[in-house]
Amino acid sequence: MKGRRDYVRLSGRLFVPLLLPAILLIVWQIVVSLGVYPEFIIPSPLAVFEKFVEVLGNGRLLTNTWATLSQTLVGLVIGVLGGVVLGYAIAKNRLLDDVLSPLVITLQSTPVVAYAPLLVIWFGSGPTSKIVTSALIVFFPMLMNTVVGLNSVPASLRDLMRSLRATPWQMFTHLEVPAAMPLLLGGLKVSATLAVIGSVVGEFVSARAGLGWLINDARYNFDTPLVLVAVFMLAVIARTLYALVGLLERRMLAWRR
Amino acid sequence: MILPRPIRTTSFPQRTESDVTSVSLAAQQLSVTYTLAGNRPLPALGPTTFAIPAGQFVCLVGPSGCGKSTLVRALAGLEQPTSGTALVADRPVVEPPAQVGIMFQDANLMPWRTVLDNMALPLELTGVARDEREQAVFDLLPQLGLSEFAHAYPGDLSGGMAQRVALGRVLVRRPGALLLDEPFGALDALTREQIGLDLLAFWRQEGQTILMVTHDIHEAVLLADRVLVMSRRPGRLLADIPVTLDRPRAISDTYHEAFGQIAAEVRTAIERA
Repeated sequence: MKGRRDYVRLSGRLFVPLLLPAILLIVWQIVVSLGVYPEFIIPSPLAVFEKFVEVLGNGRLLTNTWATLSQTLVGLVIGVLGGVVLGYAIAKNRLLDDVLSPLVITLQSTPVVAYAPLLVIWFGSGPTSKIVTSALIVFFPMLMNTVVGLNSVPASLRDLMRSLRATPWQMFTHLEVPAAMPLLLGGLKVSATLAVIGSVVGEFVSARAGLGWLINDARYNFDTPLVLVAVFMLAVIARTLYALVGLLERRMLAWRR
Repeated sequence: MILPRPIRTTSFPQRTESDVTSVSLAAQQLSVTYTLAGNRPLPALGPTTFAIPAGQFVCLVGPSGCGKSTLVRALAGLEQPTSGTALVADRPVVEPPAQVGIMFQDANLMPWRTVLDNMALPLELTGVARDEREQAVFDLLPQLGLSEFAHAYPGDLSGGMAQRVALGRVLVRRPGALLLDEPFGALDALTREQIGLDLLAFWRQEGQTILMVTHDIHEAVLLADRVLVMSRRPGRLLADIPVTLDRPRAISDTYHEAFGQIAAEVRTAIERA
């Protein structure tokens, strides 16, 4: 009985999230069938699927997906490391906090889209400018979460570690890192999706490859199905990265369940 | 006045071979003044002078906010004295001494570590190998009543069990002196009585020096060799009352007249505070 109920619940958990997309797909097909909009504005799901198979076959899809994905991952790693390191320095050093925080908050409030063209001017239209855009967009939330995470370490646990004569390094590895971990992973989760945005914004400004570039290119050629295929691929990348961090979170924060 | 039962003289318990070297605790004209916002001074403690010989179990009572915690924290090296000296093993405390273990009012466990890893933390920090430190924890678990909880997380423990883990964590390093800052204050009466007796059992085995802050007169008289009474803030020593009851002690001792007399003496001293 129990096994059967588990089975029903598991299939329910897999099925329910698919329900809404399935309904949307049906509505989409109905709208297209009614013929209200021309095909180049709303192509049919089938046309999009055929385009998907076509660009998958001739390698265009994977080449551009890889371009975006690699820039995103490199940018993510650089931005996360930079944010955590500077966040740690700010949390530990009052002077650095006073000097850097106003600047950091101002930069964070400025939309990336606004200064992305500058980054392309400075770093060229190759992958570098996209990596920098990704890294920058990831950097700020990571820095903030690191500062908040480190400030949330309970004073009583610091006292405990001091009474146990912990070295500064042990204070870091045995207390600060694990105590800040929920916030660090929360920041990483947000960052994973932001990094994709950073790459695409860079590609929109100027690029020679990538899904953002593919979207722009397809748009100029009125190839709406290809635009949709590229958007779909971006959604898959962002959702996968988000799920991977979620998995990491479940492993590392097992104690919270 | 003739007492129905003679007050028995205190005899130190017979100790079976213990490798713990207990250390003395003392304060000489120790005072701590905090600085509040706007540079206003808040005298929290003293000047206070006392000496606790190695191996003695002393309870410290007094009105709330009288600086009991400050005194304990100064002895633990967590608070710098404004004047005077805190002494551990006759040496002035300048940083947390290795021979001293402190236990706080909150269990203060790391929620991301299991019971086993929380208790092993002090040994982990001093570089004891994993096998060895886990063995040390497993040796302690049964006496703490935690045998089945080695792999539980603190979030799954009751308040009493969490405090037992904290007790295990302070004992695992086998310190020569324990500083206990109202360790059972947040527990219900039955739980705190039991955990107090368990503490006595550990003390009989190891013979460490214990200085324990409590607001419970009953608890102080049941456990201690001596009860120190502090005045209102800034706390000074008002009375030093010896507890002349036989050991080992049991809950039934609390119904004896001698117990009641000492408790009354402590209460009177506190009321004068």
